[in-house]
Amino acid sequence: MTEWANVILQGVLIGGLYAMFAAGLSLIFGVMRLVNIAHGDLIVLAAYVALIVTQALGIDPLTSLLLVVPMMAVIGYALQRGLLNFTLGEDLLPPLLVTFGLSIIIQNGLLELFTADSRKLQAGAIEIETFQLMQGVWVGVLPLIQFIVAIAVIAALQLLFYRTPLGRAFRATSDDQSVAQLMGLDTRHIFAMAMALSLAVVAIAGVFLAVRANFDPAIGPARLIFGFEAVIIGGLGSMWGTLVGGIILGVSQAIGAQIDPGWQVLAGHIVFLAILAVRPQGLFPKVSG
Amino acid sequence: MREQGHMHDHPLLEVNAIDTYYGDFQALFGVSLRVEAGQVVAVIGANGAGKSTLLKTIAGLMQPRGGDIWFDGELIENAPAFAVVKRGIALVPEGRRLFPSLTVEENLKIGGQLGRPGPWTLERVYELFPVLAERRNLPAPALSGGQQQMAALARALMANPRLLLCDEISLGLAPIIVRDIYARLPQIVAEGLSLIVVEQDIVQALSAASHVYCLQEGRIALQGPAGELTRESISAAYFGV
Repeated sequence: MTEWANVILQGVLIGGLYAMFAAGLSLIFGVMRLVNIAHGDLIVLAAYVALIVTQALGIDPLTSLLLVVPMMAVIGYALQRGLLNFTLGEDLLPPLLVTFGLSIIIQNGLLELFTADSRKLQAGAIEIETFQLMQGVWVGVLPLIQFIVAIAVIAALQLLFYRTPLGRAFRATSDDQSVAQLMGLDTRHIFAMAMALSLAVVAIAGVFLAVRANFDPAIGPARLIFGFEAVIIGGLGSMWGTLVGGIILGVSQAIGAQIDPGWQVLAGHIVFLAILAVRPQGLFPKVSG
Repeated sequence: MREQGHMHDHPLLEVNAIDTYYGDFQALFGVSLRVEAGQVVAVIGANGAGKSTLLKTIAGLMQPRGGDIWFDGELIENAPAFAVVKRGIALVPEGRRLFPSLTVEENLKIGGQLGRPGPWTLERVYELFPVLAERRNLPAPALSGGQQQMAALARALMANPRLLLCDEISLGLAPIIVRDIYARLPQIVAEGLSLIVVEQDIVQALSAASHVYCLQEGRIALQGPAGELTRESISAAYFGV
């Protein structure tokens, strides 16, 4: 019994990480209907940026966030303003094509710079620390911290979207770009701010990933899939839904792995497909179209 | 030729012979119009005459291919919409177009997000439209048509413009509601605003305005002081008979 409790707990905690992968994706789709195929690769890029920062400055990964998050935010602003803004329009295809190309460029660029060697960021003793939640049930400290940070990030995003002028601007621009301009909003800037925010979240996700597991230039697309699945299970446009989606995915994978290690990823996909078949709009959809 | 330094001897808005296109389709042909400070100007015309196109061009949502637009002595025809609002022109768009994801109050707040100084604050617009205050936390789509129109008007006022463009604010509303809304316009003008009112409903527009332009198929067919135009001349200009 406690064995299953541990399994489900692990699944819940890694669900927090998946929700982090997904939050940036969800945000961008919500604000500008842009599906960022390069999202997973940007997470990996953030991991490599953290690698450079930790090695160059000799600091630990969690401290490096203070630098990596602003750096990725600036990259996001420039990326949107300099490239992706020009793909936005009536047609859904140009952003898909351009971000697909971007994905390939990032993967190969990282391969050139860093080789295909597997890397990992070292966070020290905290990586293997655990504590006992109750009889026979153990929680890893790092996964718990990551889960709590995921909740904090999603709560912060909710707060931003629903209680601040910038969030109001995001929602208005997403509703009606032309009328948003009539309010004095420069939509090019608003979209760039949204991408900056998305990549700030990506930075956190990237560092967490890098500490949690090995990474190399090619693992981006798989992270994108997990992010997508979390968003779609949770329902488009709902941040808390994304958290729930991540948890469901994590728990499905954990249960699948417990039955047979080869079934881990497959179990996640099966649950995703089942939910898509029964409730295609997701569990808590907010966005109508 | 143009004296920009003199604040009082040029009109607030001067539109000179603008041509506006939708792709290859020409919607406005050499349209000219003036609004003096403190004036209410009506633009009337049938469906498709180009009234909304004219307002969108002034507001910066569309750029004319020919001609120019002067606002208080500055050229604005190439300015994008968000820059035009900064200069002091606000548009109440056709069909209200409140932001559906936002509450009534959030719609008003975002109208004021530029922070232009002026008499219109959240309290003042709630005074003007008490029904909005009662429904301030409702999502915008929950309002009736007339209430939405008031909200759209209030949202534009929050930008503290000097020139307010009203695009068919009577559209789809019961006559009594239309009268109610038009009854507030004098208060708005009294605060120092100038207005361009676009309407298919001639009676309402003529009663509110001091000067009238009639558009027909993208051209000014008639213009003059509201009191001096005869029914016949207006009908002829409106329908192109």
